Amino acid sequence: MPRALQVLRGAAIATAFGLLAGCFTNKQNEGARLYQEHCSNCHGEQGAGLRRLIPPLAGSDYLSTNRAALPCILRKGQQGLVVVNAVEYNQVMPPHEDLTDSQITNILNFLQQSWGNKGEAYTIREVSELLGACNGSDGR
Amino acid sequence: MIHPFFRRVLLALSGTLLLASCSDNKQQATTLPYIGEHDVRARTDGGPADTIYATIPRFTLTNQEGKTVTDSTLAGKVYVTDFFFATCPSICPKMQSEMLRVYEKYKNNPRVAFLSHTIDPAHDSIPVLRDYAERLGVTNASQWQFVTAPHDTIFALARAYMTGAEADKKAAGGFAHNGTFALVDGQRHVRGLYDGMNPQEVDRLLREMPLLLAEESAKQSKP
Ligand code: HEC
Repeated sequence: MPRALQVLRGAAIATAFGLLAGCFTNKQNEGARLYQEHCSNCHGEQGAGLRRLIPPLAGSDYLSTNRAALPCILRKGQQGLVVVNAVEYNQVMPPHEDLTDSQITNILNFLQQSWGNKGEAYTIREVSELLGACNGSDGR
Repeated sequence: MIHPFFRRVLLALSGTLLLASCSDNKQQATTLPYIGEHDVRARTDGGPADTIYATIPRFTLTNQEGKTVTDSTLAGKVYVTDFFFATCPSICPKMQSEMLRVYEKYKNNPRVAFLSHTIDPAHDSIPVLRDYAERLGVTNASQWQFVTAPHDTIFALARAYMTGAEADKKAAGGFAHNGTFALVDGQRHVRGLYDGMNPQEVDRLLREMPLLLAEESAKQSKP
């Protein structure tokens, strides 16, 4: 490929990345991106879960009935019997020690407001406080 | 870092591509390649040399119902394999949901089987495997078998099916493995490798399975 073309191609790729990055500046999209990265392999891209193995997040009654417990579930993981929409699940969800309090907040707000969910949003301060219950706040 | 097992799979995959691209003969396009090393042996009767294709070693496994599964249980069937563990924190749910797509398509077809091997036999006892299968909605244990065996047997099979799997304390859940699906013919030859994490690759598996089934039918109708 001629050199000029190569440079052009490089520039085009860089712009494409720039555009992509531009999409992720607001908080809702930060939550979506983090969900994709940390949660979607298990809960599915559309939050549908997987049969009786992984509980759903889309339309999950658990999100409203256990709203205050969710920050610690994300931080510490979950195992043992849980009932979501009247179905019993009993597997292991791994902890996420690498997420900051503000990242957990963004993911939770994404869950509460995606796929038709209409849960109440969290503030970072509220999430940090709730994380105190499991010693899981990193203050960031 | 490329995991050595991944490298093997990549090599095998690129080998297939190369093979596919040098053949312009129509027959080739509808026949799946034999994956793995080939060996050519002269025949004692002086006839054309035989090609010996890589073959999965004979095996004895136990399924989610506690029943024994061997290579002869699967002889003559087309089957798809993967490697997983029940507490896998990373790729397994996605991989198994892709496998479910293939299972749904061939459900109750007696010529097709599925074999999911646990790479954590210490934890995944028969009751754990049964519970896992049921939760996944797999009711026909003779078609989709979730199998266990001593650790070394499983890891040797993973190598034979060209799937990366090994114990690794640093990896999430204690095991490093990849989501390779191997498509195997009725004579224990691997005929296709697919990335089970990639829906397009699994679509390719769905397109290629009928070719292998047709080949098996042709073989079986021969006198
Ligand atoms: C390895 C798979 C896996 C990953 C990754 C995972 N989860 Fe889970 N999650 C589960 C399982 C399994 C349960 C149920 C645990 C049980 O049975 O006790 C669960 C339960 C939940 C619940 C409570 C039940 C419900 O469905 O409402 C929420 C909320 C949740 N997960 C959110 C998340 C979020 C957000 C992430 C990403 C930060 C995530 N999970 C990552 C497997 C996973």
